Amino acid sequence: MELLQRLRASDEQAFVILVRRYHDPMLRLACGFVPSRAVAEEVVQDTWMGVLRGISGFEGRSSLRTWLFRILVNRARTAGERERRSVAIGDAGPAVDQSRFDDAGSWAAPPEQWIEDTDDRLRAGKLAGRIRSAIEELPARQREVVTLRDVEGLSSHEVCHVLEITDGNQRVLLHRGRSRVRQVLETEFGRA
Amino acid sequence: MRTGLRLRRRNIVCRQAVELVTDYLESALPAAGRRRFERHLAGCPHCTEYLAQMRATIELAGHITPDDLTPQMQDEFIALYRQWQAESGSD
Repeated sequence: MELLQRLRASDEQAFVILVRRYHDPMLRLACGFVPSRAVAEEVVQDTWMGVLRGISGFEGRSSLRTWLFRILVNRARTAGERERRSVAIGDAGPAVDQSRFDDAGSWAAPPEQWIEDTDDRLRAGKLAGRIRSAIEELPARQREVVTLRDVEGLSSHEVCHVLEITDGNQRVLLHRGRSRVRQVLETEFGRA
Repeated sequence: MRTGLRLRRRNIVCRQAVELVTDYLESALPAAGRRRFERHLAGCPHCTEYLAQMRATIELAGHITPDDLTPQMQDEFIALYRQWQAESGSD
């Protein structure tokens, strides 16, 4: 709450801290709603202006970051003229390629090992870059949920509120997204 | 009762287990489903590894840090802030 109080007290530096922390994830999120990066940048800029105008009326019923993301998504939706999204669940495949299971449904090609190596600093550096690009490569809806949940650390409740989706849909998108990212890491770093 | 017995007998296979991982981690499985999932894990090192990898994936995602603003962008935001202050002050 300290940052919020400073913002309300017209502390310029508090605004800079907030922008430095959230500009990048907001821009990434906005890109999923609008046709180009230029439009996304406008949306984010516009969102920051909205944040400044609205901060005195912000009641703190949700967290500050949830409020920020919510404003962003509303504006990005308007800008992208993207209709309220009914989540198509059929557009994504299973969590694991079906050819990796035998006829009985047991692993024929079990997961290759990679998590033991994450302590290796050099490798961890590579992992960090790869996981970031893997998330960026996800279909927009999965990327939004994974970014808000796993990168930004919002609760499922907060994500549903920001994206206006049901808890069930949130979970399906999260599952698809995480499964894909895991597969990318296994493919890249796994050893049988 | 009969249903419970039938459910208890029905074991899941790996192909199904990997689809339940998120529901499991989100505590969204009903009690019987959770028990079935855990019973499968107890006998399946591959699915145990799979679950550990999903947890590692989530953990790694949480370590992604946002790109910082360029000095130029930072200046632009300070200008935006001052513009807003000037506007709101003159209201």
